Amino acid sequence: MNAFFATVRRDLLLAMRRKSEVLTAVFFFVIVTSLFPLGIGPEPVLLKKIAPGILWVAALLATLLGLPRLFAADHVDGTLEQMALSPSPLGLLVAGKILAHWLLCGLPLVLLAPVLGLQFDLDASALGILTLALLLGTPLLSLIGAIGAALTLGVRGGGVLLALLVLPLYIPALIFGAGAVEAHIAGLDVGGHLSLLAAMLVLAAFFAPWATTAALRIALE
Amino acid sequence: MRQSLIQWFKFASPQSFYPLAGRMIPWFWAAAAVFGIAGLWISFFVAPTDAQQGEGYRIIFVHVPASWMSMFIYVVMAFWAGRGLALNTRVSAMMAQSLAPTGALMAALSLWTGALWGKPMWGAWWVWDARLTSELILFFLYLGFMALQAAIDDPRRADKAGAILALVGVVNIPIIYFSVKWWNTLHQGSTINLNKAPSMAQTMLWGMLLMALAFWMYSIAVALMRVRAIILERERHTEWVKHAVE
Amino acid sequence: MLNVSGLACSRGERRLFVDVGFSLAAGEWLHVQGDNGSGKTSMMRLLVGLSPADAGAIFWRGERAPSVEFRRDLIYLGHHAAVKEDLTPLENLRLAAALDGVALDERGALAALIRLGLRGREELPVRVLSAGQKRRVLLARLLTRPADLWVLDEAFNALDVAAVKLLGDLIAEHLAAGGMAILTSHQPLPVPGGKALVL
Repeated sequence: MNAFFATVRRDLLLAMRRKSEVLTAVFFFVIVTSLFPLGIGPEPVLLKKIAPGILWVAALLATLLGLPRLFAADHVDGTLEQMALSPSPLGLLVAGKILAHWLLCGLPLVLLAPVLGLQFDLDASALGILTLALLLGTPLLSLIGAIGAALTLGVRGGGVLLALLVLPLYIPALIFGAGAVEAHIAGLDVGGHLSLLAAMLVLAAFFAPWATTAALRIALE
Repeated sequence: MRQSLIQWFKFASPQSFYPLAGRMIPWFWAAAAVFGIAGLWISFFVAPTDAQQGEGYRIIFVHVPASWMSMFIYVVMAFWAGRGLALNTRVSAMMAQSLAPTGALMAALSLWTGALWGKPMWGAWWVWDARLTSELILFFLYLGFMALQAAIDDPRRADKAGAILALVGVVNIPIIYFSVKWWNTLHQGSTINLNKAPSMAQTMLWGMLLMALAFWMYSIAVALMRVRAIILERERHTEWVKHAVE
Repeated sequence: MLNVSGLACSRGERRLFVDVGFSLAAGEWLHVQGDNGSGKTSMMRLLVGLSPADAGAIFWRGERAPSVEFRRDLIYLGHHAAVKEDLTPLENLRLAAALDGVALDERGALAALIRLGLRGREELPVRVLSAGQKRRVLLARLLTRPADLWVLDEAFNALDVAAVKLLGDLIAEHLAAGGMAILTSHQPLPVPGGKALVL
């Protein structure tokens, strides 16, 4: 487990030395969500109705923005090779990298979402559900995205390909995440949505690092 | 055990599979033609005109088999891909690669005929029905698989990466299907429910089954032809291919 | 200790080598030689288990490699710098050790860097160091991570005369202590003895 935490610490330290890369994704999230009212019009009823979908789609795209970098830098400078040959299991190191990615690219979105939700006239309880849904959903996005990032590592046009591979797999997270907020606004129970989101998170936490590891070993051959 | 394993690997080598596939292809083409003619005859001349939908409903004789095939081919593709990954047999990976375009074609056909059917029935080319939406996502999954394989130069790496993607996809398809269905019921008011189709006449079912069989045979024949092309391309530097082509 | 037999490798349609075999006992080292493109690097990557061989087997202490035990006993240094440009040499060494699950305190890491002639550079970001100095940061890992088998691919590249001698001494010490090494290089190596393998 020490190796796991060492990986998280290493990636956080590296991100701190290059803050701009992390901030880009966060600003992207803020700008995209702010564009919608400008494109659609300031009518509060309509904005409130589309808010969950917009915030979730923006979160999806913002996560996607950071994914190509997840393994690329380590691949180019050869540290990924050293990880694959390390006595520590590669799956553990990969899981650490995914957690670090979520802390850098997912958690800021969760924390910002309530503020951005205010732009869309969401009330306090809806903002709470939105934050909770994102808290469960964004790690899922990082986990699934890591598989795509590993598969497209070092491949021509990898960034666009990554979007093509990963976005269809993000659909369940989008449906249940945005659905939870919509259901809450409509006065329905959100327990079902959130527990399904949590179930998918558990499933992904179990399988995604394993699939990512297999894909990385193939990319290193 | 050891002996049978060696036997099995011999069968799985491209060199022995190539002529075998070549002998099988005409039979599958013939079967596809027979089933196709019978199926089309039933669907155009035997099946009665639908009371509510008129003649336009006859497109389901293409639409439904295409939808079935698109889903089934993905599972078969994932099976071959997984087998190729686990046992490191080259032909398995080639089978997976050769099935993908046919699967994508079936998904596209299903979407296209669905739109053609939808226009006269509901007055719209596209409705966000659960099944149509799932089919669209399945089409994206096929495109992703083919794009990934095409983007990787080394065929061995392309096979393995594609296999992982196919397996991830096959785990996700039920989850996606279920979530789209859930989403659809939540938004029931704004969409039309396809599940309340009128009960099917016996002859319609026969027509559909025959067409499904024709699609099966066609898919197998085309996949085998494609796998032969892939074998030739990948093994072009070996002696046996030089003899086989002459 | 290390037994390799029947190794074969091809890249694309090109056969690089077939039926390569050798064995190493404690204190022995192997010099892998060959022209550009003869497959030296492929051979090294295959030996450490990064890429699969077309045929052949590698046994480490009687067990089939790559295994966890094999990785614990192995250091592989390839063409890549394998250091993080934004971190200092000290951070690089200590984090690499932590990832490998090896205990390494600051004193030990500093001692290794000083031995490699990086005194006064340990707190600078690697980014500002020269290519040869970056290489030395990587080579410091040979001192901080105990391993019986060193697989060094073109390790003498980009090193100055003093560093070449230093690395030669390090390898000689390693061999004298019962270690093993596999090296590739075009030029003659400053290490006495050694088996040769020409690809």
